Amino acid sequence: MKFFSVENLGIRFGGVVAVDQVSFEVRRGEVYTIIGPNGAGKTTIFNLIGLIYPATSGRILYQGRELSGSKPHRVAELGIARTFQNIELFEHATVLQNLLIGRHRYRSTALWQELAFTPAVRHAERAQREAVEKVIEFLDLQHYRDSMVAGLPYGVRKVIELGRALATEPKLLLLDEPSSGLNPEETNEMAFWIEDIKKGLGITVLMVEHDMSLVQRVSDRVLALNEGRAIAEGTPAQVQSHPAVIEAYLGSKEPA
Amino acid sequence: MRFVFKTDYAQDIRLVKHGGHVIWYGLLGVVLLAAPWWASEYVMSQLHFICIYSIVGFGLMLLTGFTGQVSLGHAAFLAVGAYTEALLQAAGVPFFISISCAAIFSAAAGIIIGLPALRLKGIYLAIATLAFNVIVEEIITRWHKLTGGNEGKHLKPVEIFGWKLESDAEFYYLCLALTVICCLACVNLLRSPTGRAFVAIRDSEISASCLGVNLAKVKTMSFAISAALTGVGGALYAHKLAFISPEQFTLFQSIELLTIVILGGIGFLHGAVLGAAFIIVLPQVISIAKDWLPEGSAPSGLQAVVFGLILILFIIFEPLGLYGRWLKIRTWFELFPFYRRGMFRRQKSYMKSERLR
Repeated sequence: MKFFSVENLGIRFGGVVAVDQVSFEVRRGEVYTIIGPNGAGKTTIFNLIGLIYPATSGRILYQGRELSGSKPHRVAELGIARTFQNIELFEHATVLQNLLIGRHRYRSTALWQELAFTPAVRHAERAQREAVEKVIEFLDLQHYRDSMVAGLPYGVRKVIELGRALATEPKLLLLDEPSSGLNPEETNEMAFWIEDIKKGLGITVLMVEHDMSLVQRVSDRVLALNEGRAIAEGTPAQVQSHPAVIEAYLGSKEPA
Repeated sequence: MRFVFKTDYAQDIRLVKHGGHVIWYGLLGVVLLAAPWWASEYVMSQLHFICIYSIVGFGLMLLTGFTGQVSLGHAAFLAVGAYTEALLQAAGVPFFISISCAAIFSAAAGIIIGLPALRLKGIYLAIATLAFNVIVEEIITRWHKLTGGNEGKHLKPVEIFGWKLESDAEFYYLCLALTVICCLACVNLLRSPTGRAFVAIRDSEISASCLGVNLAKVKTMSFAISAALTGVGGALYAHKLAFISPEQFTLFQSIELLTIVILGGIGFLHGAVLGAAFIIVLPQVISIAKDWLPEGSAPSGLQAVVFGLILILFIIFEPLGLYGRWLKIRTWFELFPFYRRGMFRRQKSYMKSERLR
């Protein structure tokens, strides 16, 4: 059984075909990266996987189960977490609360219990905090534990978002441009974490990324997209030297 | 300045964070419990209203302040609660059952209005709830057989197990007890997963749903709980006035309720109480001020003008409301002399490009 695969995935917005018959497979335990110039449809694929957009064609298969046709919150419950290109944190909540929302899929108490805050809720809350603490430790966020997200610097927010996704204890982690807006040092740190997430936590990572040094460093396989179509797949080095990829980024040679 | 060192997860979860809380809330509790001894009949009556509006304020705060759904129709839920109480009392139903029914029927109405809310946002939701308010008001006016139309409904004093709560003090304790219960329920909700899901929806729907929050379910739940609290408030409101008619549940009432949460401080439960106290006390201050103004210079519409002006000034200069102002004052003292002017200014949030709709 394949771990995660996408078959002939496509979506059109009116006349624009944003993603056109894209197929790929992510193997358990690898870091799979999608690259491509602006507007290639990378983030759209993420939104299709997250069921934010309904796919016009194709199937998304996760552990032998078809995702398409379900609801966005079901995706998280199945163990797929994601981050966003332009950080979507809960601004007016503390870092701890943000991470705790990541534990939403593990809630076990009914509304009436929460209203009365029964011992069961208290117990569950403690357990959630212990789980979140592991993430805080993993990403070195102790210092920001109780600060409001609004007011934290961009680099820290990026890490918090990663932490929130990790707090869901996913099997598959979708990272949408984890290095965008980060300085080289922070990017370096992000690379460490991605490697740790793969090796230490055993989470499969599907990533969209522009920074080729990061891509080369962490990815096992790379898929290149252009104008919604897959143009090359292979190891980072193979894809980078693929003529179709070079053409997509740099344009074709002008005939003399 | 106080430093709270955290050594245990229970400290995060606990209601009382430090000794200061015990002292100040304890003091507040004693003052409130002793109110019948220190307050005049008039002040007692004001306290009734503050309790009632606080309960409604909690409801609206959960919905608007924590879930981010604007409602301009909360007077409708207030009406559902009030009329349920009036009708059931007339039918001889015991108080605790009738007030529970008031909450349940209001919650049902909340679910009904919550359904379109799943598709609407911001100003459009405000318009939909406004329309709902008008519809309910109209139904109450026209359904003469049930509601008595414009002639209204009279209510007898609350009776609990044969004990008639006729005096101001007795009714005050009932209001106070219910306010405390509702407040605790809200606080509990906000420190458990559902409350966090509310906040998640308020701040970013797309990431809430990507983290497993069922938007439809949680939003509907928020509407239902908010309406239920408003229904409880409505039932007490009906008893307080002893007479209800459709003109008490107009759009203006809804706006007044929204004013409570905005003036009090959106996103803080304390704000609901402060806002309630403010709009109850303000008319008295205005009428006292009228005496000082020269004869004829204070038109009869002065109150509405002052209300509107205060609302505008708050939105511009104090978007965090009365509770926000208090937070600033407290921080000023705690950090003295290091308080900076811009400390509470909201940072411009980073651009968000991905939206569900």
